[in-house]
Amino acid sequence: MTLSLFALQILNGVESGLLLFLVASGLTLIFGVLGVLNFAHGAFYMLGAYVAYWISERTGSFLAAVLIGLPVMVGLGWLIEKLAISRLYARDHLAQVLLTYGLVLVLNDLSRALFGSEVHGVATPAALSGTVALGEAQTWPVYRAFTSLACLGVAVAIRQVLLHTRFGMRVRAGAVNGEMVEALGIDVRRLLSILFAAGAGLAALAGMLAAPLTTVYPGIGDGVLIVSFVVVVIGGIGSVKGAFLGAMLVGLADTFGKVLLPGLSGAIVYAVMAAVLLFRPRGLFGEPAEAR
Amino acid sequence: MRLPRRVAFALLAFAAALLLLPLGGDRFWIQFAGKAMISCIFAVSLDLLVGYGGMVSLAHAAFFGLAGYLLAGLSNGLGISSFVLTLPLCLLGATAAALAIGWLSLRTSGAYFVMVTLAFTEMLFHVFNEAPGLGGSDGVFVSARPFAGRTAPYYAIWIALVAVFVLLQRAVQAPFGRVLVGIRLNEPRMRSLGYATRRYKLLAFVLGGAIAGLSGYLDAALYGFVNPAQLGWRQSGLVLVTVLLGGKGTLYGPMLGALLLAVLGQFAERITEYWSALIGSVAIAAVLFVPAGLAGLLRGSRG
Repeated sequence: MTLSLFALQILNGVESGLLLFLVASGLTLIFGVLGVLNFAHGAFYMLGAYVAYWISERTGSFLAAVLIGLPVMVGLGWLIEKLAISRLYARDHLAQVLLTYGLVLVLNDLSRALFGSEVHGVATPAALSGTVALGEAQTWPVYRAFTSLACLGVAVAIRQVLLHTRFGMRVRAGAVNGEMVEALGIDVRRLLSILFAAGAGLAALAGMLAAPLTTVYPGIGDGVLIVSFVVVVIGGIGSVKGAFLGAMLVGLADTFGKVLLPGLSGAIVYAVMAAVLLFRPRGLFGEPAEAR
Repeated sequence: MRLPRRVAFALLAFAAALLLLPLGGDRFWIQFAGKAMISCIFAVSLDLLVGYGGMVSLAHAAFFGLAGYLLAGLSNGLGISSFVLTLPLCLLGATAAALAIGWLSLRTSGAYFVMVTLAFTEMLFHVFNEAPGLGGSDGVFVSARPFAGRTAPYYAIWIALVAVFVLLQRAVQAPFGRVLVGIRLNEPRMRSLGYATRRYKLLAFVLGGAIAGLSGYLDAALYGFVNPAQLGWRQSGLVLVTVLLGGKGTLYGPMLGALLLAVLGQFAERITEYWSALIGSVAIAAVLFVPAGLAGLLRGSRG
């Protein structure tokens, strides 16, 4: 592997890790604060990709797709929280897994009914369609650089909101002790709705940004969901910092696996997870508290 | 944990009816009943983990699929097909996999356990889907099947179902089953009472995994075909839906769930192409409206 090829793989790995972080951060917060194992999280990624495809096809503008699609997806997340997820707060893991698994099946088939079973492509926005030269032989698409920067910006924004706003303070407090937060007179139900909707929005944004890089088809969110679970397990449930590190680790492992071990690339991220769990059963930043 | 007398009589009558079915039924119904009984074996094996041990495992389809692939490998690669050899070997393989995955997964608990078992299932799915020489996404045919004849596989499945049900019913009535329930209700308490709780959970996980392997073996023997989707996470989710829909922690409940889904599948696939949305809706409705499952409905409010 030449140096420029190596650099290219590092960049690709970081970029896919950053996209993964957008999905995993919502997943880990929804579990940490709401206590809900949300299998439907990948479906928001899929719907985001479909919305990006559908709107950019109609308007010819990818920017318009993101600007219109994001509020729609946040609204959908809010609605699903009200209708279904809010009934799971007092239930066990089995009920949570099954209800959200049911949602995945329904939403997958719904998108198949709306957009068809075929594979769709989304054009890269014209302004971002160039490439950057990387050494002598390699180039890196501008769109990937843009995606990386956008995700990095969102990651910084998540950190700022969590650490430096009143809302973020309440979210962190809710993760530690939701009943106490409620006793202090804070409307926890509303907090949970907002958090779930925001998580859905982040997953959908990841799906939108990824749409021009891949193809869009029913069930595209399933793989992302499972890899995001791996990220959350590696990082420690509830830890956004852990999700960031886990996403980087998984993004890089997956990218290098595809180059070095093409036949078994799909299995590599799970081997990484098993290795982490052998030494830290609660992930890199998981609290050694009682099982939830 | 004893079977209610009414349920025991119903089960006996049902087993007798299934035993006589090949005498009167045509090919279609024999195949259908065989498939439904395999789903029953698969579902009760998961009930041991979920309903008794409180372990929400998404790795269960992995053992089902592994045993099927092992049969295909033995039959195609080594030319061994007789069930005298293939059955023990495939069960051994499923048991070994359950031991390895269970040992690693049970280092964690609660939500971590759910996610980790999901990840192992997905890992195996990728291996069988992508690794060269394993048939890829199209799957593999079993060249020589272990049970010859028109009704031999059916009777093998019938014997397996009866044996598995009796074994598991005895296991959950024994101290082993009581300890498992105790662990589900309050693991720290059981641990402080001196029970090696992890060892009990691992034993249940491995026993359940071996029986799941048995059902996968029978499925491959009946259809002569295995594919990676059989060990994917959707399959694991589907069998969890079966257990909850039937009523977890009852053994006979998940069999009711398996039968209902088998009938639903047979007829719904003809009228709608959105079969998985239907299953999804059933799962959502079961969680929201009938958390005790069909067995709970039958028991009424005394539940």
